[in-house]
Amino acid sequence: MNSENSKVMSIETAVKRFMDNGAHISIGGFTLNRNPMAAVYEIIRQGFQNLHVYAHSNGTGVDELIGAGCVSRLEIAYAGTGKTAPTCIRFRKAVQEGKIEVEDYSNFMMSLRFLAGAMGVPFMPTLSGLGSEITTTWGFSEEMRKQNHKIANDKLVVLDNPFGRWGNASKVLLVPAINPDVTFIHVQKADPMGTCRIDGLTFADIEQVKASKHVVVTCEELVKTEELRDFPEHNQIPFLHISAVCHVPYGGYPTAVYRYYDYDSDYLRNYAAAAKEDDKFVKFQKKYIYGVKNHQELMKLIGREHLDEIKADVRTGYAVNMKRG
Amino acid sequence: MQVQEYTLKEMMAIMAAREIIDGDIVFAGTGISMLAATAAKNINAPNCIIFFETGAIDSLIEELPLAVADPRVMYGAASNTGLLEAFATMQNRITGDKVIAILGAAQIDKYGNLNTTAIGDYHLPDTRFSGSGGGCDVASFVPRCIAFMQHEKRKFVKKLDYLTSPGQLQGRGAREAAGLRPGGVNVVITNMAVMRMDSENGEIYLDQYYPGVTPDMILENMQFSVDISRATLAKPPTEQELMTLRQKCDPQKLILN
Repeated sequence: MNSENSKVMSIETAVKRFMDNGAHISIGGFTLNRNPMAAVYEIIRQGFQNLHVYAHSNGTGVDELIGAGCVSRLEIAYAGTGKTAPTCIRFRKAVQEGKIEVEDYSNFMMSLRFLAGAMGVPFMPTLSGLGSEITTTWGFSEEMRKQNHKIANDKLVVLDNPFGRWGNASKVLLVPAINPDVTFIHVQKADPMGTCRIDGLTFADIEQVKASKHVVVTCEELVKTEELRDFPEHNQIPFLHISAVCHVPYGGYPTAVYRYYDYDSDYLRNYAAAAKEDDKFVKFQKKYIYGVKNHQELMKLIGREHLDEIKADVRTGYAVNMKRG
Repeated sequence: MQVQEYTLKEMMAIMAAREIIDGDIVFAGTGISMLAATAAKNINAPNCIIFFETGAIDSLIEELPLAVADPRVMYGAASNTGLLEAFATMQNRITGDKVIAILGAAQIDKYGNLNTTAIGDYHLPDTRFSGSGGGCDVASFVPRCIAFMQHEKRKFVKKLDYLTSPGQLQGRGAREAAGLRPGGVNVVITNMAVMRMDSENGEIYLDQYYPGVTPDMILENMQFSVDISRATLAKPPTEQELMTLRQKCDPQKLILN
Protein backbone atom coordinates (compact mmCIF):
# COMPACT_ATOMS: atom_id res chain seq x y z
CA MET A 1 0.00 0.00 0.00
CA ASN A 2 1.17 3.47 -0.88
CA SER A 3 1.35 5.61 2.25
CA GLU A 4 -0.13 8.49 0.27
CA ASN A 5 -3.38 6.55 0.24
CA SER A 6 -3.53 6.37 4.00
CA LYS A 7 -6.59 7.94 5.59
CA VAL A 8 -5.31 7.46 9.09
CA MET A 9 -5.83 10.40 11.42
CA SER A 10 -6.89 11.02 14.99
CA ILE A 11 -10.60 11.00 15.80
CA GLU A 12 -10.22 14.61 16.99
CA THR A 13 -8.95 15.62 13.53
CA ALA A 14 -11.57 13.55 11.69
CA VAL A 15 -14.48 15.04 13.65
CA LYS A 16 -13.09 18.55 13.15
CA ARG A 17 -12.57 18.00 9.44
CA PHE A 18 -15.86 16.39 8.47
CA MET A 19 -18.39 17.77 10.97
CA ASP A 20 -20.31 21.02 10.88
CA ASN A 21 -23.06 22.58 12.91
CA GLY A 22 -26.35 21.56 11.29
CA ALA A 23 -24.82 18.51 9.62
CA HIS A 24 -27.00 15.53 8.74
CA ILE A 25 -25.34 12.54 10.34
CA SER A 26 -25.88 8.87 11.12
CA ILE A 27 -24.08 6.56 13.50
CA GLY A 28 -23.64 2.81 13.19
CA GLY A 29 -24.37 -0.01 15.60
CA PHE A 30 -27.62 -0.95 17.32
CA THR A 31 -28.89 -0.07 20.85
CA LEU A 32 -26.04 -1.35 23.05
CA ASN A 33 -23.77 -2.80 20.38
CA ARG A 34 -20.94 -1.31 18.30
CA ASN A 35 -22.02 2.32 18.61
CA PRO A 36 -19.10 4.57 17.56
CA MET A 37 -18.88 6.00 21.06
CA ALA A 38 -15.40 7.54 20.82
CA ALA A 39 -16.70 9.53 17.83
CA VAL A 40 -19.93 10.44 19.64
CA TYR A 41 -17.99 11.69 22.67
CA GLU A 42 -15.64 13.69 20.44
CA ILE A 43 -18.60 15.32 18.63
CA ILE A 44 -19.97 16.29 22.04
CA ARG A 45 -16.59 17.56 23.24
CA GLN A 46 -16.19 19.73 20.14
CA GLY A 47 -19.67 21.13 20.79
CA PHE A 48 -21.42 20.58 17.47
CA GLN A 49 -25.04 21.64 17.50
CA ASN A 50 -28.25 21.65 15.52
CA LEU A 51 -27.51 18.20 14.13
CA HIS A 52 -30.04 16.25 12.07
CA VAL A 53 -29.63 12.58 13.03
CA TYR A 54 -30.80 9.49 11.12
CA ALA A 55 -31.07 6.29 13.15
CA HIS A 56 -32.78 2.93 13.06
CA SER A 57 -32.47 1.48 16.58
CA ASN A 58 -29.87 3.59 18.28
CA GLY A 59 -29.58 3.67 22.02
CA THR A 60 -26.59 4.93 23.90
CA GLY A 61 -24.97 7.00 21.16
CA VAL A 62 -28.04 8.96 20.14
CA ASP A 63 -29.11 9.50 23.74
CA GLU A 64 -25.73 10.97 24.70
CA LEU A 65 -25.86 13.31 21.69
CA ILE A 66 -29.40 14.44 22.56
CA GLY A 67 -28.50 14.84 26.22
CA ALA A 68 -25.55 17.04 25.33
CA GLY A 69 -27.80 19.33 23.31
CA CYS A 70 -26.24 18.49 19.94
CA VAL A 71 -29.41 17.34 18.19
CA SER A 72 -32.32 19.39 16.89
CA ARG A 73 -33.98 16.86 14.57
CA LEU A 74 -34.16 13.10 14.65
CA GLU A 75 -35.51 10.53 12.18
CA ILE A 76 -35.64 7.28 14.06
CA ALA A 77 -37.31 3.88 14.53
CA TYR A 78 -36.38 3.06 18.12
CA ALA A 79 -34.61 4.76 20.99
CA GLY A 80 -33.83 2.28 23.75
CA THR A 81 -30.88 0.66 25.48
CA GLY A 82 -32.13 -2.73 26.62
CA LYS A 83 -32.82 -3.33 30.27
CA THR A 84 -31.25 -0.20 31.77
CA ALA A 85 -33.35 2.18 29.66
CA PRO A 86 -36.13 0.51 27.61
CA THR A 87 -36.85 4.02 26.31
CA CYS A 88 -33.77 6.26 26.13
CA ILE A 89 -34.16 8.73 28.95
CA ARG A 90 -32.73 11.96 27.52
CA PHE A 91 -34.53 11.22 24.25
CA ARG A 92 -37.84 10.83 26.11
CA LYS A 93 -37.28 14.01 28.05
CA ALA A 94 -36.30 16.04 24.99
CA VAL A 95 -39.35 14.86 23.03
CA GLN A 96 -41.74 15.47 25.93
CA GLU A 97 -40.35 18.96 26.41
CA GLY A 98 -40.53 19.73 22.69
CA LYS A 99 -36.78 20.30 22.46
CA ILE A 100 -36.24 18.08 19.43
CA GLU A 101 -38.37 17.35 16.40
CA VAL A 102 -38.91 13.68 15.69
CA GLU A 103 -40.04 11.76 12.64
CA ASP A 104 -40.95 8.12 13.37
CA TYR A 105 -40.28 5.25 11.00
CA SER A 106 -39.81 1.50 11.51
CA ASN A 107 -36.47 -0.32 11.52
CA PHE A 108 -37.05 -1.82 8.08
CA MET A 109 -38.10 1.57 6.68
CA MET A 110 -34.96 3.27 8.00
CA SER A 111 -32.75 0.44 6.70
CA LEU A 112 -34.41 0.70 3.28
CA ARG A 113 -33.90 4.45 3.29
CA PHE A 114 -30.17 3.97 3.80
CA LEU A 115 -30.18 1.29 1.09
CA ALA A 116 -31.92 3.68 -1.33
CA GLY A 117 -29.25 6.28 -0.56
CA ALA A 118 -26.53 3.68 -1.10
CA MET A 119 -28.07 2.59 -4.41
CA GLY A 120 -28.67 6.07 -5.75
CA VAL A 121 -32.42 5.63 -6.16
CA PRO A 122 -34.92 8.14 -4.72
CA PHE A 123 -36.90 5.62 -2.67
CA MET A 124 -37.45 1.98 -1.81
CA PRO A 125 -40.78 0.16 -1.54
CA THR A 126 -42.06 -1.99 1.30
CA LEU A 127 -45.31 -3.58 2.45
CA SER A 128 -44.62 -2.52 6.04
CA GLY A 129 -46.69 0.05 7.89
CA LEU A 130 -49.69 0.30 5.57
CA GLY A 131 -52.66 1.42 7.68
CA SER A 132 -50.44 2.39 10.62
CA GLU A 133 -50.05 5.86 12.06
CA ILE A 134 -46.42 5.92 10.95
CA THR A 135 -48.00 6.41 7.53
CA THR A 136 -50.56 9.05 8.49
CA THR A 137 -48.99 11.09 11.31
CA TRP A 138 -46.02 13.24 10.35
CA GLY A 139 -43.64 14.76 12.86
CA PHE A 140 -41.89 17.36 10.72
CA SER A 141 -43.98 20.25 9.41
CA GLU A 142 -44.75 20.50 5.72
CA GLU A 143 -43.24 23.97 5.68
CA MET A 144 -39.93 22.86 7.18
CA ARG A 145 -39.75 19.96 4.74
CA LYS A 146 -40.25 22.31 1.79
CA GLN A 147 -37.59 24.73 2.99
CA ASN A 148 -35.02 22.07 3.85
CA HIS A 149 -33.32 20.83 0.69
CA LYS A 150 -31.63 17.96 2.46
CA ILE A 151 -34.88 16.12 3.19
CA ALA A 152 -37.74 14.99 0.96
CA ASN A 153 -40.99 16.96 0.82
CA ASP A 154 -42.91 13.88 1.95
CA LYS A 155 -42.27 11.59 4.90
CA LEU A 156 -43.41 8.67 2.74
CA VAL A 157 -45.83 7.88 -0.06
CA VAL A 158 -48.47 5.14 -0.31
CA LEU A 159 -49.00 4.05 -3.89
CA ASP A 160 -51.25 1.56 -5.68
CA ASN A 161 -49.02 -1.26 -6.89
CA PRO A 162 -47.95 -0.01 -10.37
CA PHE A 163 -47.64 -3.66 -11.47
CA GLY A 164 -51.31 -4.38 -10.74
CA ARG A 165 -51.59 -7.36 -8.39
CA TRP A 166 -48.14 -8.68 -9.31
CA GLY A 167 -46.31 -9.84 -6.19
CA ASN A 168 -49.65 -10.28 -4.45
CA ALA A 169 -49.79 -6.70 -3.21
CA SER A 170 -52.43 -4.04 -3.86
CA LYS A 171 -50.42 -1.15 -2.39
CA VAL A 172 -46.82 -0.29 -1.60
CA LEU A 173 -45.30 2.18 0.80
CA LEU A 174 -42.35 4.18 -0.54
CA VAL A 175 -39.73 5.58 1.81
CA PRO A 176 -37.32 8.33 0.67
CA ALA A 177 -33.57 7.84 0.35
CA ILE A 178 -31.16 9.17 2.97
CA ASN A 179 -27.73 10.54 2.08
CA PRO A 180 -26.10 11.74 5.32
CA ASP A 181 -23.29 14.28 5.24
CA VAL A 182 -21.27 12.10 7.58
CA THR A 183 -21.63 8.61 9.00
CA PHE A 184 -19.58 7.32 11.91
CA ILE A 185 -19.08 3.60 12.47
CA HIS A 186 -16.92 1.52 14.77
CA VAL A 187 -15.47 -1.78 13.50
CA GLN A 188 -13.17 -4.52 14.74
CA LYS A 189 -10.57 -4.20 11.99
CA ALA A 190 -9.71 -1.63 9.33
CA ASP A 191 -6.68 -1.01 7.16
CA PRO A 192 -5.15 2.45 6.57
CA MET A 193 -7.15 2.90 3.36
CA GLY A 194 -10.42 2.15 5.13
CA THR A 195 -11.37 -1.37 4.14
CA CYS A 196 -13.36 -2.79 7.06
CA ARG A 197 -13.93 -6.17 8.61
CA ILE A 198 -16.86 -6.44 11.00
CA ASP A 199 -17.28 -9.45 13.28
CA GLY A 200 -20.81 -10.45 14.22
CA LEU A 201 -23.91 -8.60 13.07
CA THR A 202 -23.47 -5.73 10.64
CA PHE A 203 -26.88 -4.14 11.50
CA ALA A 204 -27.32 -1.44 8.80
CA ASP A 205 -23.73 -0.18 8.92
CA ILE A 206 -22.92 -1.18 5.36
CA GLU A 207 -25.88 0.69 3.87
CA GLN A 208 -25.30 3.71 6.14
CA VAL A 209 -21.68 3.90 5.00
CA LYS A 210 -22.45 3.56 1.30
CA ALA A 211 -25.18 6.23 1.50
CA SER A 212 -22.91 8.85 3.08
CA LYS A 213 -20.88 11.65 1.54
CA HIS A 214 -18.22 11.19 4.22
CA VAL A 215 -17.51 8.25 6.49
CA VAL A 216 -15.34 8.19 9.59
CA VAL A 217 -14.34 4.73 10.77
CA THR A 218 -12.93 4.02 14.19
CA CYS A 219 -11.39 0.59 14.70
CA GLU A 220 -10.22 -1.70 17.47
CA GLU A 221 -7.26 -2.80 15.36
CA LEU A 222 -5.56 -0.97 12.54
CA VAL A 223 -4.17 -3.79 10.41
CA LYS A 224 -2.02 -4.12 7.31
CA THR A 225 -3.88 -4.15 4.01
CA GLU A 226 -2.43 -7.60 3.19
CA GLU A 227 -4.10 -9.07 6.27
CA LEU A 228 -7.55 -8.07 5.04
CA ARG A 229 -6.82 -8.99 1.42
CA ASP A 230 -6.05 -12.61 2.29
CA PHE A 231 -9.78 -13.22 2.77
CA PRO A 232 -11.56 -10.43 0.86
CA GLU A 233 -14.89 -12.26 1.26
CA HIS A 234 -14.72 -11.57 5.00
CA ASN A 235 -14.58 -7.80 4.45
CA GLN A 236 -17.88 -5.94 4.27
CA ILE A 237 -16.81 -2.43 3.33
CA PRO A 238 -14.24 -1.59 0.63
CA PHE A 239 -12.03 1.46 1.19
CA LEU A 240 -13.58 3.65 -1.53
CA HIS A 241 -16.45 4.72 0.75
CA ILE A 242 -14.21 5.82 3.60
CA SER A 243 -12.91 9.31 4.37
CA ALA A 244 -11.00 8.77 7.61
CA VAL A 245 -9.65 5.85 9.62
CA CYS A 246 -9.04 6.36 13.32
CA HIS A 247 -7.38 3.74 15.47
CA VAL A 248 -9.33 3.86 18.75
CA PRO A 249 -9.16 0.73 20.92
CA TYR A 250 -12.36 0.51 23.02
CA GLY A 251 -13.89 2.98 20.56
CA GLY A 252 -17.28 1.28 21.01
CA TYR A 253 -17.21 1.41 24.82
CA PRO A 254 -19.58 1.36 26.77
CA THR A 255 -21.43 -0.59 24.03
CA ALA A 256 -20.37 -4.12 23.08
CA VAL A 257 -17.91 -5.02 20.33
CA TYR A 258 -18.25 -8.69 19.43
CA ARG A 259 -15.16 -10.80 20.17
CA TYR A 260 -13.46 -7.83 21.89
CA TYR A 261 -15.58 -6.71 24.84
CA ASP A 262 -19.12 -6.75 26.19
CA TYR A 263 -21.35 -3.80 26.99
CA ASP A 264 -20.62 -2.25 30.37
CA SER A 265 -23.74 -2.84 32.47
CA ASP A 266 -22.41 -0.74 35.32
CA TYR A 267 -21.73 2.26 33.11
CA LEU A 268 -25.10 1.96 31.38
CA ARG A 269 -26.92 1.64 34.70
CA ASN A 270 -25.08 4.67 36.13
CA TYR A 271 -25.84 6.54 32.93
CA ALA A 272 -29.57 5.70 33.22
CA ALA A 273 -29.63 6.81 36.86
CA ALA A 274 -27.90 10.10 36.03
CA ALA A 275 -30.01 10.73 32.93
CA LYS A 276 -33.18 10.93 35.02
CA GLU A 277 -32.13 14.22 36.62
CA ASP A 278 -30.77 17.26 34.78
CA ASP A 279 -28.08 18.25 37.28
CA LYS A 280 -26.87 14.68 37.75
CA PHE A 281 -26.72 14.24 34.00
CA VAL A 282 -24.62 17.38 33.54
CA LYS A 283 -22.22 16.05 36.18
CA PHE A 284 -22.11 12.64 34.49
CA GLN A 285 -21.19 14.03 31.08
CA LYS A 286 -18.75 16.44 32.71
CA LYS A 287 -16.95 13.56 34.35
CA TYR A 288 -16.90 11.06 31.48
CA ILE A 289 -16.86 13.30 28.38
CA TYR A 290 -15.80 16.91 29.03
CA GLY A 291 -13.54 15.97 31.92
CA VAL A 292 -11.31 13.75 29.79
CA LYS A 293 -9.18 14.80 26.86
CA ASN A 294 -9.96 11.82 24.68
CA HIS A 295 -11.20 8.23 24.66
CA GLN A 296 -7.89 6.86 25.96
CA GLU A 297 -8.26 9.04 29.03
CA LEU A 298 -11.81 7.82 29.51
CA MET A 299 -10.51 4.25 29.42
CA LYS A 300 -7.95 5.13 32.09
CA LEU A 301 -10.75 6.57 34.18
CA ILE A 302 -12.78 3.36 33.80
CA GLY A 303 -9.68 1.37 34.75
CA ARG A 304 -8.00 -1.80 33.55
CA GLU A 305 -9.58 -3.95 36.24
CA HIS A 306 -13.09 -3.04 35.17
CA LEU A 307 -12.27 -3.44 31.47
CA ASP A 308 -11.00 -6.94 32.21
CA GLU A 309 -14.43 -7.79 33.63
CA ILE A 310 -16.11 -7.03 30.30
CA LYS A 311 -13.40 -8.64 28.16
CA ALA A 312 -14.90 -11.04 25.60
CA ASP A 313 -14.44 -14.75 26.04
CA VAL A 314 -12.60 -16.32 23.08
CA ARG A 315 -15.17 -19.08 22.49
CA THR A 316 -18.41 -17.08 22.68
CA GLY A 317 -17.33 -13.52 21.82
CA TYR A 318 -18.96 -12.03 24.94
CA ALA A 319 -18.08 -11.87 28.66
CA VAL A 320 -19.39 -15.17 30.04
CA ASN A 321 -21.14 -14.93 33.41
CA MET A 322 -20.69 -11.19 33.49
CA LYS A 323 -22.88 -9.48 36.05
CA ARG A 324 -25.65 -7.84 34.05
CA GLY A 325 -28.92 -6.06 34.53
CA MET B 1 -50.36 -33.52 43.90
CA GLN B 2 -48.46 -30.68 45.45
CA VAL B 3 -49.47 -27.21 44.33
CA GLN B 4 -46.63 -25.60 42.48
CA GLU B 5 -45.86 -22.00 43.34
CA TYR B 6 -45.01 -19.67 40.49
CA THR B 7 -44.89 -15.97 39.69
CA LEU B 8 -47.08 -14.24 37.11
CA LYS B 9 -44.00 -13.54 35.02
CA GLU B 10 -43.28 -17.27 34.93
CA MET B 11 -46.89 -17.99 34.05
CA MET B 12 -46.76 -15.48 31.18
CA ALA B 13 -43.50 -16.86 29.80
CA ILE B 14 -44.85 -20.43 29.87
CA MET B 15 -48.21 -19.50 28.33
CA ALA B 16 -46.34 -17.81 25.46
CA ALA B 17 -43.94 -20.73 25.06
CA ARG B 18 -46.91 -23.09 24.67
CA GLU B 19 -48.06 -21.06 21.64
CA ILE B 20 -44.89 -21.94 19.77
CA ILE B 21 -45.05 -25.03 17.58
CA ASP B 22 -41.98 -27.14 16.98
CA GLY B 23 -40.33 -25.95 13.78
CA ASP B 24 -41.65 -22.38 14.01
CA ILE B 25 -39.35 -19.48 13.26
CA VAL B 26 -39.61 -17.37 16.41
CA PHE B 27 -39.06 -13.63 16.20
CA ALA B 28 -38.03 -12.51 19.68
CA GLY B 29 -37.96 -8.97 21.00
CA THR B 30 -36.42 -7.71 24.24
CA GLY B 31 -37.13 -8.87 27.80
CA ILE B 32 -39.84 -11.41 28.59
CA SER B 33 -40.35 -12.22 24.91
CA MET B 34 -36.72 -13.37 24.75
CA LEU B 35 -37.37 -15.56 27.81
CA ALA B 36 -40.53 -17.04 26.28
CA ALA B 37 -38.66 -17.92 23.09
CA THR B 38 -35.89 -19.71 24.98
CA ALA B 39 -38.49 -21.46 27.16
CA ALA B 40 -40.19 -22.84 24.03
CA LYS B 41 -36.84 -23.98 22.67
CA ASN B 42 -35.98 -25.78 25.90
CA ILE B 43 -39.43 -27.19 26.72
CA ASN B 44 -41.93 -27.81 23.97
CA ALA B 45 -40.40 -26.79 20.65
CA PRO B 46 -36.75 -27.92 20.52
CA ASN B 47 -36.60 -27.47 16.76
CA CYS B 48 -37.91 -23.92 16.70
CA ILE B 49 -35.56 -21.36 15.20
CA ILE B 50 -35.03 -18.23 17.28
CA PHE B 51 -34.16 -15.22 15.24
CA PHE B 52 -33.65 -11.53 15.76
CA GLU B 53 -34.40 -8.41 13.74
CA THR B 54 -30.73 -7.48 14.00
CA GLY B 55 -29.98 -10.35 11.61
CA ALA B 56 -28.91 -13.28 13.83
CA ILE B 57 -30.59 -16.54 12.82
CA ASP B 58 -30.77 -19.67 15.03
CA SER B 59 -28.43 -18.28 17.69
CA LEU B 60 -27.00 -20.66 20.25
CA ILE B 61 -28.35 -19.03 23.38
CA GLU B 62 -26.23 -20.03 26.35
CA GLU B 63 -26.97 -16.86 28.32
CA LEU B 64 -30.20 -14.86 28.07
CA PRO B 65 -29.64 -11.85 25.79
CA LEU B 66 -30.92 -8.55 27.25
CA ALA B 67 -31.41 -6.87 23.90
CA VAL B 68 -31.71 -7.98 20.29
CA ALA B 69 -28.24 -6.52 19.68
CA ASP B 70 -26.73 -8.27 22.71
CA PRO B 71 -23.56 -10.09 21.59
CA ARG B 72 -25.20 -13.22 23.10
CA VAL B 73 -27.40 -13.44 19.98
CA MET B 74 -24.32 -13.57 17.72
CA TYR B 75 -22.73 -16.68 19.17
CA GLY B 76 -23.27 -19.94 17.29
CA ALA B 77 -25.81 -18.47 14.85
CA ALA B 78 -26.44 -19.99 11.41
CA SER B 79 -25.69 -16.56 10.03
CA ASN B 80 -25.03 -13.09 11.34
CA THR B 81 -26.31 -10.60 8.81
CA GLY B 82 -28.11 -7.28 9.18
CA LEU B 83 -31.49 -5.62 9.45
CA LEU B 84 -32.34 -5.72 5.75
CA GLU B 85 -31.92 -9.48 5.59
CA ALA B 86 -33.90 -10.06 8.79
CA PHE B 87 -36.90 -8.02 7.71
CA ALA B 88 -36.76 -9.35 4.15
CA THR B 89 -37.01 -12.85 5.64
CA MET B 90 -40.32 -11.82 7.19
CA GLN B 91 -41.65 -9.78 4.26
CA ASN B 92 -40.98 -12.67 1.89
CA ARG B 93 -43.88 -15.15 2.03
CA ILE B 94 -41.70 -18.24 1.57
CA THR B 95 -40.14 -17.79 5.01
CA GLY B 96 -42.37 -15.08 6.49
CA ASP B 97 -45.42 -17.32 6.81
CA LYS B 98 -43.47 -19.61 9.16
CA VAL B 99 -42.67 -16.81 11.59
CA ILE B 100 -44.34 -16.30 14.96
CA ALA B 101 -43.44 -13.03 16.66
CA ILE B 102 -43.47 -12.03 20.30
CA LEU B 103 -44.03 -8.32 20.96
CA GLY B 104 -44.80 -5.95 23.81
CA ALA B 105 -46.68 -2.63 23.85
CA ALA B 106 -47.83 0.28 25.99
CA GLN B 107 -51.40 0.11 24.65
CA ILE B 108 -53.58 -2.38 22.78
CA ASP B 109 -57.12 -2.03 21.38
CA LYS B 110 -59.78 -4.67 20.71
CA TYR B 111 -58.50 -5.16 17.16
CA GLY B 112 -55.03 -6.09 18.36
CA ASN B 113 -53.43 -2.85 17.16
CA LEU B 114 -50.43 -1.79 19.27
CA ASN B 115 -48.99 1.50 20.45
CA THR B 116 -45.29 1.61 21.33
CA THR B 117 -44.74 5.25 20.40
CA ALA B 118 -46.46 7.85 22.57
CA ILE B 119 -49.20 8.60 25.10
CA GLY B 120 -50.95 11.93 24.61
CA ASP B 121 -50.41 14.26 21.65
CA TYR B 122 -47.81 12.78 19.31
CA HIS B 123 -46.10 16.14 18.79
CA LEU B 124 -45.82 16.95 22.49
CA PRO B 125 -46.46 13.65 24.26
CA ASP B 126 -47.19 13.10 27.95
CA THR B 127 -45.07 9.97 27.73
CA ARG B 128 -42.80 9.11 24.87
CA PHE B 129 -41.85 5.47 24.32
CA SER B 130 -39.09 3.92 22.25
CA GLY B 131 -41.04 3.80 18.98
CA SER B 132 -41.74 1.02 16.50
CA GLY B 133 -38.33 -0.56 16.21
CA GLY B 134 -39.18 -3.62 14.14
CA GLY B 135 -42.65 -3.96 15.71
CA CYS B 136 -44.58 -2.29 12.90
CA ASP B 137 -42.68 -4.33 10.30
CA VAL B 138 -43.33 -7.64 12.03
CA ALA B 139 -47.01 -6.92 12.69
CA SER B 140 -47.35 -5.96 9.01
CA PHE B 141 -45.64 -9.10 7.70
CA VAL B 142 -46.14 -12.24 9.76
CA PRO B 143 -49.31 -14.29 10.25
CA ARG B 144 -48.97 -14.90 14.01
CA CYS B 145 -47.97 -12.40 16.70
CA ILE B 146 -48.10 -12.82 20.47
CA ALA B 147 -48.49 -9.56 22.42
CA PHE B 148 -47.35 -9.41 26.03
CA MET B 149 -49.43 -6.92 28.06
CA GLN B 150 -50.14 -5.99 31.66
CA HIS B 151 -53.87 -6.10 32.30
CA GLU B 152 -54.64 -2.48 33.17
CA LYS B 153 -57.39 -0.10 32.07
CA ARG B 154 -54.89 2.43 30.73
CA LYS B 155 -53.31 -0.27 28.55
CA PHE B 156 -56.42 -2.01 27.13
CA VAL B 157 -57.90 1.12 25.57
CA LYS B 158 -60.88 2.00 23.42
CA LYS B 159 -58.71 4.14 21.18
CA LEU B 160 -54.93 4.04 20.89
CA ASP B 161 -53.08 7.33 21.29
CA TYR B 162 -50.93 6.22 18.33
CA LEU B 163 -51.25 3.15 16.12
CA THR B 164 -47.67 1.92 15.73
CA SER B 165 -48.13 -1.72 14.73
CA PRO B 166 -51.15 -2.88 12.75
CA GLY B 167 -53.45 -5.58 14.08
CA GLN B 168 -56.85 -5.82 12.39
CA LEU B 169 -56.88 -1.96 12.09
CA GLN B 170 -60.59 -0.96 12.20
CA GLY B 171 -61.86 -4.55 12.20
CA ARG B 172 -62.53 -7.39 9.83
CA GLY B 173 -61.37 -6.70 6.27
CA ALA B 174 -59.48 -3.52 7.17
CA ARG B 175 -56.01 -5.02 6.78
CA GLU B 176 -56.76 -6.14 3.27
CA ALA B 177 -58.25 -2.75 2.36
CA ALA B 178 -55.09 -1.03 3.62
CA GLY B 179 -52.93 -3.31 1.49
CA LEU B 180 -51.68 -5.59 4.27
CA ARG B 181 -51.64 -9.36 4.17
CA PRO B 182 -53.41 -11.36 6.88
CA GLY B 183 -51.48 -11.20 10.16
CA GLY B 184 -50.94 -9.05 13.22
CA VAL B 185 -51.57 -9.93 16.85
CA ASN B 186 -53.55 -13.15 17.23
CA VAL B 187 -52.74 -13.94 20.88
CA VAL B 188 -52.54 -11.57 23.85
CA ILE B 189 -50.85 -12.86 26.98
CA THR B 190 -51.25 -10.83 30.16
CA ASN B 191 -50.69 -11.17 33.89
CA MET B 192 -54.33 -12.35 34.16
CA ALA B 193 -55.33 -14.06 30.94
CA VAL B 194 -54.79 -15.35 27.44
CA MET B 195 -56.88 -13.66 24.78
CA ARG B 196 -57.22 -14.57 21.15
CA MET B 197 -58.22 -12.93 17.90
CA ASP B 198 -61.59 -14.01 16.55
CA SER B 199 -61.07 -14.32 12.82
CA GLU B 200 -64.81 -13.90 12.22
CA ASN B 201 -65.16 -10.37 13.61
CA GLY B 202 -61.51 -9.29 13.94
CA GLU B 203 -61.78 -8.64 17.70
CA ILE B 204 -60.06 -10.26 20.65
CA TYR B 205 -61.93 -12.54 23.05
CA LEU B 206 -61.11 -14.11 26.39
CA ASP B 207 -59.75 -17.61 25.90
CA GLN B 208 -58.23 -18.51 29.29
CA TYR B 209 -58.10 -16.91 32.72
CA TYR B 210 -55.44 -17.71 35.29
CA PRO B 211 -56.10 -19.50 38.60
CA GLY B 212 -57.27 -16.94 41.17
CA VAL B 213 -58.70 -14.64 38.49
CA THR B 214 -62.29 -14.41 37.20
CA PRO B 215 -63.47 -13.20 33.78
CA ASP B 216 -65.20 -10.27 35.52
CA MET B 217 -61.96 -9.19 37.14
CA ILE B 218 -60.36 -9.20 33.72
CA LEU B 219 -63.12 -7.05 32.21
CA GLU B 220 -62.73 -4.59 35.08
CA ASN B 221 -59.17 -4.03 33.95
CA MET B 222 -60.06 -3.04 30.41
CA GLN B 223 -61.66 0.00 28.80
CA PHE B 224 -63.57 -2.17 26.34
CA SER B 225 -65.60 -5.33 26.69
CA VAL B 226 -64.74 -8.68 25.09
CA ASP B 227 -66.55 -11.96 24.62
CA ILE B 228 -65.98 -14.13 27.72
CA SER B 229 -68.38 -16.95 26.77
CA ARG B 230 -65.61 -19.25 25.52
CA ALA B 231 -63.26 -18.72 28.47
CA THR B 232 -61.76 -21.63 30.38
CA LEU B 233 -59.37 -21.88 33.32
CA ALA B 234 -55.72 -21.83 32.23
CA LYS B 235 -53.48 -24.75 33.09
CA PRO B 236 -50.70 -23.43 35.35
CA PRO B 237 -47.06 -24.23 34.60
CA THR B 238 -45.98 -27.76 35.43
CA GLU B 239 -43.10 -28.54 37.74
CA GLN B 240 -41.03 -29.55 34.72
CA GLU B 241 -41.78 -26.33 32.85
CA LEU B 242 -40.90 -24.22 35.86
CA MET B 243 -37.69 -26.08 36.54
CA THR B 244 -36.49 -25.64 32.96
CA LEU B 245 -37.50 -21.99 32.92
CA ARG B 246 -35.67 -21.20 36.15
CA GLN B 247 -32.61 -23.38 35.85
CA LYS B 248 -31.98 -23.51 32.15
CA CYS B 249 -33.50 -20.37 30.62
CA ASP B 250 -32.81 -17.67 33.20
CA PRO B 251 -30.53 -18.96 35.97
CA GLN B 252 -29.11 -15.46 36.46
CA LYS B 253 -32.66 -14.17 37.12
CA LEU B 254 -32.23 -11.36 34.62
CA ILE B 255 -35.92 -11.34 33.69
CA LEU B 256 -37.37 -13.51 36.46
CA ASN B 257 -36.13 -11.27 39.25
